[in-house]
Amino acid sequence: MASRTVTIASASGLHARPAKLFVREAARLGVPVRIRAGDGKAVPASSMLGVLSLGAVHGTEVTLESDAPGADDALDALAALLSRDLDAEEALDA
Amino acid sequence: MPDLPPVPGPSGAPGARGGGTAVRLTGRGVSRGLAAGPVMRMAAPPVLPAPRPVRDAAAETALAAEALEAVAAGLRDRAAAATGDAAEILDALAMMAGDPMLREEAEQGVRDGLGAAHALDAAFTRHREAIAALGGYLAERAADLDDLRHRAVAFALGVPMPGLPSPGHPYVLAAEDLSPADTAGLGPDVLALVTEKGGPTSHTAILARGRGLPAVVACPGVMDLADGTYVSVDGATGEVTAGISHEEAVRARERDRRERERLAASSGPGRTADGHPVKLLLNIGSAADLRPGGEGVGLFRTEFLFLDRGLAPSFDEQVAAYAAVFARVPHVVVRTLDAGTDKPLPFLGLPPEHNPALGIRGLRVDRVLPDVLDTQLDAIAEAARRTGAEAWVMAPMVATRDEAAAFAARARARGVARVGVMVEVPAAALLADRILAEVDFLSVGTNDLSQYTFAADRQHPALTDLLDPAQPALLRLVAACAEAGLAAGKPVGVCGEAAGDPALAPVLAGLGVTSLSMAPVCVPVVRDALARHTLGECRSLAATALS
Repeated sequence: MASRTVTIASASGLHARPAKLFVREAARLGVPVRIRAGDGKAVPASSMLGVLSLGAVHGTEVTLESDAPGADDALDALAALLSRDLDAEEALDA
Repeated sequence: MPDLPPVPGPSGAPGARGGGTAVRLTGRGVSRGLAAGPVMRMAAPPVLPAPRPVRDAAAETALAAEALEAVAAGLRDRAAAATGDAAEILDALAMMAGDPMLREEAEQGVRDGLGAAHALDAAFTRHREAIAALGGYLAERAADLDDLRHRAVAFALGVPMPGLPSPGHPYVLAAEDLSPADTAGLGPDVLALVTEKGGPTSHTAILARGRGLPAVVACPGVMDLADGTYVSVDGATGEVTAGISHEEAVRARERDRRERERLAASSGPGRTADGHPVKLLLNIGSAADLRPGGEGVGLFRTEFLFLDRGLAPSFDEQVAAYAAVFARVPHVVVRTLDAGTDKPLPFLGLPPEHNPALGIRGLRVDRVLPDVLDTQLDAIAEAARRTGAEAWVMAPMVATRDEAAAFAARARARGVARVGVMVEVPAAALLADRILAEVDFLSVGTNDLSQYTFAADRQHPALTDLLDPAQPALLRLVAACAEAGLAAGKPVGVCGEAAGDPALAPVLAGLGVTSLSMAPVCVPVVRDALARHTLGECRSLAATALS
């Protein structure tokens, strides 16, 4: 199983707008990816409720994992997204 | 105000009509004005029926998925129409409703033998608990999930979606009844309110009058109309006509616009058609509520200063707040703190009572905490001195002549020019002549006077008919006060909801009331209603109303 571990960079953690952007991107990529916080239960990355229930804040270490073929690109893309401060980018894409 | 949507409603709900046979419903008009547009219903959260064995699991699975998609689609539409934070929030809610986990869990629920509504309820409940358990910021999302749950379950049950509609165009809001929380969320796209329940003193009526929104309450049948049906609402007559055409709706709005312009153009003091003066005064909570149009302030509620306070506001703070009003208005009647166990204020520290409406409230607080009133009277007198205003001060919840005399002596000793009392207890109305021997004026608070005369809780939703101020028993008490005032040559005003009701204003004038104090928005219609009757006509209306 391929996996990436990354620290949440967004100031507000993984909820509100960052959660929305992450979930939307996971759904758009169409590759089944699961996400867990620390050793917690993994949830589908495309589930808004699942991602919110991680309770991941700024600095929380999360792990993305997938056993789908060709998952590496999707994992890289999602890991890159989480390692950016999505709150700070808000003004740019408004 | 944006335009009405083109013919029928955008909902395409079955039975929505843009014209054809009109259906006439009748309720009680509680806030004047004519409005017309598509009706949208607001329903209470759906109640789950007892579970029944599922016969067609495939159909239930499809229904559960369809319900979630309908809720998500509705939220996406609202997000597209909104901007800024509201759009972001609605978009996030749409993603929650469209969550694949939620759908899978609902489908699993059906496989486990539940119907669509129960399966959705179970799926939402599980997520709600998971989110609420995280606490903090995320716990607030639990309330969002409740709202989504209500909407999805309502769809699955085929009942109207709960919560305020947000169709993206102006609409007439229909509801069983409206809570204060519902009314707080009303946006500028609401053209009129029509409720199946409620009475003239219900929250719906008070809010609608305060905002100048046409409103009809106690109107059976309005919740049976399909969303999107065009209706006209006459808040004066209580008539609701459903099934009118788009053109008729536009014409009705045009008539209303002209009528409002005519009323807005009126100005000047309150007069009957033959020139008998009846002062038009304002009810305010602070200087921020002042509006042009009235002849002064008939009820300055001072409670706002004391809300959310661990300690009573200081003398200086009170002087500043009172002076801010005195400096702008020549005639102001200040009501001393009207709080107690019915309207608890933290700094008073009063113990709870079994029956707060009949307990320590209004002037009775002075029995346990005399300093509060002394400081307030001193601050009012000082504010009057600084601004050169003549302060009129009245005490709430006076029941006996002794209470009136003691209050008058206290206030005068502290430099208050004119001292009065509110008549909210039948005992005070019955002794109005004796009480007027002690004070300079009376002000009848019809809301509490109704509550105590008819032994009906002001907030009780099922007793609103008993709180109607047009009842002869209540008007007789008002008449006793007005007659005592005429005999003593002292002013007697009315400052409850009744004073802002254009149908009652001529009656009150005919009884001999010398001033009417109301929400600022009511002044033009009450001025107009008085100007349409001579004093003689007002007296004969009063004589009829008393019997």
